[in-house]
Amino acid sequence: MLQLVIRRLLGAMLILLGVAAITFLLLFMLPADPAVQLAGRSATAQTVANIRHELGLDRPLIYQFLSYLGHLATGDLGRSYTQKTGVTTLIMARLPATLVLMAAGIVIEVTLGLVLGIVAAINRGGMIDRGVMMLSFVGVSAPQFVVALFLLYVFAATLGWFPMSGFGSLGHVVLPATTLGVLGAGWYARMVRSAMIDVLNQDYVRTARAKGVSEVRVILRHAVPNALLPIIAMIGIDIGQFMSGVVVVEAVYGWPGIGQLAWQAIQQVDIPIIMGVTLISALAIVAGNLVADLAAPFIDPRIRAR
Amino acid sequence: MHVLRALMRRPSAFLGLIIVVTIIVLALGAPLIAPFSPDEQLFDGLTLEGAPIPPDAVYWLGTDTLGRDVLSRLLFGARTSLLIGLVANGLAVGIGLFIGMVAGYLQGTVSNLMMRFTDLMMAFPALLLAITLAALLKPSLWIVALVIAMVNWVQVARIVFTETRGLVERDFIMAERSLGAGHARIIFRHILPHLMPTAIVWGTLGIATTVLLEATLSFLGIGVQPPEPSWGNIIFESQGYFTAAPWLVFFPGVAILLMALSFNLVGDALRDILDPTQRGRL
Repeated sequence: MLQLVIRRLLGAMLILLGVAAITFLLLFMLPADPAVQLAGRSATAQTVANIRHELGLDRPLIYQFLSYLGHLATGDLGRSYTQKTGVTTLIMARLPATLVLMAAGIVIEVTLGLVLGIVAAINRGGMIDRGVMMLSFVGVSAPQFVVALFLLYVFAATLGWFPMSGFGSLGHVVLPATTLGVLGAGWYARMVRSAMIDVLNQDYVRTARAKGVSEVRVILRHAVPNALLPIIAMIGIDIGQFMSGVVVVEAVYGWPGIGQLAWQAIQQVDIPIIMGVTLISALAIVAGNLVADLAAPFIDPRIRAR
Repeated sequence: MHVLRALMRRPSAFLGLIIVVTIIVLALGAPLIAPFSPDEQLFDGLTLEGAPIPPDAVYWLGTDTLGRDVLSRLLFGARTSLLIGLVANGLAVGIGLFIGMVAGYLQGTVSNLMMRFTDLMMAFPALLLAITLAALLKPSLWIVALVIAMVNWVQVARIVFTETRGLVERDFIMAERSLGAGHARIIFRHILPHLMPTAIVWGTLGIATTVLLEATLSFLGIGVQPPEPSWGNIIFESQGYFTAAPWLVFFPGVAILLMALSFNLVGDALRDILDPTQRGRL
């Protein structure tokens, strides 16, 4: 077990290193030049050259990359071009907002997905089942920004229940978290449904029913816990997806998280911030997958035995 | 043919198929159907105060902030969405098939490197990558298609890799090899045909993802550039105005939803039909 953990951790480190290298190379090759962007429209070639030198962009690429990695090893993600602050500081300041949004979104989608999936599985083939499946399709097909604007129009602009944008109170969280949660719930509902259908066909469920255990108890005590495994793996994967998926929602709702930070940085060609957020998101994806894999044996003893 | 018949028998897939066909017909016939030119700022396209006109008898879906007919823009926008859907997703499935097949067929260092690279791409925050690339390159229809393909091939490659690994072990491939068939012949004549169901399923499901991604990029202003109409950039252009003119978000939004939904419904049914082991699962 320990050996497996160490091997997976090393693999994850390598993947992160690869992500850093590819992002670095891509950002370097793109035609957008941060020095030109910073210098402004009326700058002379000399000014641009000075800025380039100041940022160290005139050094060989491999030197820039190694120096970046060197700093990265100490947890330093470099300095922002435009804000003259450390990227680590900037990200740390924005991370709590994104984590709050993520936690709220995941709670909504898991709750909704579990309830809908269980109800659908119990009524397999019936009208409710079909309705839930159709809804889950709508959930995965709906564009996030449209749902976000729709919720804003109905619940903020028209009904005035929630603020239009910003951060601070509980009311601010509701709409962005609902946007993320409602759309994500579709996948969960389908996963829960199919896991539940598998479990309900197992012998021990038949045994429980034959013993005269009430149907509610069969479902809640015997079936649901065993259908949870794929869901826990999915939450792990979801955490990673959330980190990079919040850009749009944060942009629409003016939510001051790392998605908004990235979006502003992209528009200003602030490469250190883009690098930093990409790495943090990749870290979340890798960590999420790792936790999902490593947690499985603790939740399901059958996997441990293998 | 029997696949088509099987599709028709499922109510949800049938519904999806009808929507897909309708969208294709409307997109192809846009120049004939559209009541106005999509780019023309109509003489009476704005109210006296200069606001867009809500849906009425002349402008069925209203006009936008520049006084252009929304219905006409939507119809021409369908062409953009379909074009990007086909090009970007075709490219993604093509790359995925190639990488997955070659890596699955070859054993050894090359195959390992290819799959490690795929793993690496799986760890990439896809949306963030797409947004960064699209914003920093000069945004255009083809750049958007390319960016989407670069992000979306990974999943196809993984699935094709697993399937190819399974096929390589089978007797008929062994037989071919012992008869002296070359690698290229085995891959393209004997393995590829077995992967067609997968390619068709992902070719369909992927269009939904592609359409959503294109709309998102265009909504952020880094996708298809106005005045060329796309469902995403119609919303982008009227974003600041949406509380006063909600139809400017509602109609294109519904169009995006319907297109993604219909391809998802058809693709999911195709997966059921073409892969009996998956039937009724997800």
